[in-house]
Amino acid sequence: MSQTLNIFRREIASYFATPVAYVFIVIFLLLMGWFSWGFGRLFESGQADLYGPFFNFHPWLYLFLVPAISMRLWAEERKSGTIELLLTLPVSMLQAVIGKFLAAWAFCGLALALTFPVWISVNYLGEPDNGVILAGYVGSFLMAGGFLAIGSCISATTRNQVVAFILTVVVCFAFLLFGLSGVIDFFRGWAPSALVDALAGLSFSTHFDAIAKGVLDLRDILFFLLVIAFWLAANAIVIDLKKAD
Amino acid sequence: MIEIKDLRKDFGSLTAVRDLSFEVPEGQVLGFLGPNGAGKSTTMKMICGFLTPTAGSVSVCGFDIETQPLEAKRCMGYLPEGAPGYGEMTPQQFLDFIADIRGLDTAQRRERQGKVIDQLQLGRVLHQSIDTLSKGFRRRVGLAQALLHDPRVLILDEPTDGLDPNQKHEVRELIGALAKDKIVIVSTHILEEVEAVCDRAIIIARGRLLADATPQELEAKSRYHNAVRLTTSELDAAVEQISRLANVTHVDVERNSRRLVAIPQSGTAPFGEISKLAQEQGWPVEELTVERGRLDEVFRQITLGGTDSQGAQA
Repeated sequence: MSQTLNIFRREIASYFATPVAYVFIVIFLLLMGWFSWGFGRLFESGQADLYGPFFNFHPWLYLFLVPAISMRLWAEERKSGTIELLLTLPVSMLQAVIGKFLAAWAFCGLALALTFPVWISVNYLGEPDNGVILAGYVGSFLMAGGFLAIGSCISATTRNQVVAFILTVVVCFAFLLFGLSGVIDFFRGWAPSALVDALAGLSFSTHFDAIAKGVLDLRDILFFLLVIAFWLAANAIVIDLKKAD
Repeated sequence: MIEIKDLRKDFGSLTAVRDLSFEVPEGQVLGFLGPNGAGKSTTMKMICGFLTPTAGSVSVCGFDIETQPLEAKRCMGYLPEGAPGYGEMTPQQFLDFIADIRGLDTAQRRERQGKVIDQLQLGRVLHQSIDTLSKGFRRRVGLAQALLHDPRVLILDEPTDGLDPNQKHEVRELIGALAKDKIVIVSTHILEEVEAVCDRAIIIARGRLLADATPQELEAKSRYHNAVRLTTSELDAAVEQISRLANVTHVDVERNSRRLVAIPQSGTAPFGEISKLAQEQGWPVEELTVERGRLDEVFRQITLGGTDSQGAQA
């Protein structure tokens, strides 16, 4: 446990030692602001809630911003050779994988928390249901974790960060797509319904929407935690298999 | 104590290391020699637990690297090839991280960090990011990292690569000073290094162990072992007389420097005879020395010799 914490601390410090952290947070907040106030018409809608104009855009923002964080997790270690150093220290593979993942997740959480002015604004403008907003934040954070776990695993397959970025965007896109009603209807026409339901059940958007609407169902939370666990386990296996090359 | 038994590593159809077995007792500095691509680094990566062997076993300080990896890694310090480090960190931050991971308490940390920073002269660059350091400093940061927890076993993959001659000398002194109760395995392709720091040398090529001996024993295998070097202005007369001696098989002549090298029959030492001859003949002798042997020649003979015999078999 303490070794996981040591790795976590080193990773977090490294985000802030380079401009990466600051650039990411600024871009994230600018896009969030633009989406919710401009594109999402938060002000004009006349409704004091955050689901439609704010959380609705999170999956699409994460689609590009989360892979930008996750791409360096392991690809950079492989490229610079520090992976050899890290894995010959008295640290288990899982401690390394989890420590690095948690650092990236905490960093995403920080960026997400910095959107608090939006929350203050709607409270100033009206009387929103703050419980629903909290659920939205929880769902958004869990979804970011799911994307990050996918990205971390893919990052371990290559030493090229650009490849890691693109592959992660594609895989994450697939996980979003299956939840969209249009896509589901398209499959519904010809594919077996069990398969369609299974795919829709695996989609991030289905589970995120459920949480963001204010229904904190244990099953949706469990879904994201299982997704994270699955991809991190795969991550450890990938590193073990590919560390020689 | 390090025990390596029948170690083997395959990458697909390529066998990088095959049937390597040796033991290293406490207090020994082992030089790991071989041409590029011989399997030196692969072997070291398996000893450190980075790569999993295809077959065979490695035990370090009594711990099997596959079944008790954390225990084995705790008693080892490792400098990977190329001395990688986290570029955005400063050496101080990097050493703090290693101290955390190695579980040093506050007092130990202060004492050990002070010591390695001093030994490797890192004081000047402690607060500069590793990315901006010269190759020599980066190598020294890597060494500091490996030494920080005062490990019983040190595995150093080309520790002096990229250092200038002064720094090389310092690192060798450092390794020599360490060695009392530790095991040090140093890979290198610099032969003078083996003479300077190692008690024992292992030569591998194409993944096979080809020689395991002390540097002195290796030198004795050289045809220049006990050869006599003579510099004189009466070069022609000297060459003629010396080549007639029974214990001399061949005389190399370097006309420009007026020097000859008399290569002895194996197992003989013709220095006495030649010295007597020079006195009798009254040659003006500028230099008369015995060679211990040439490691680079032995190295070539051992590592290339294998290719020839393999070629003949095929």
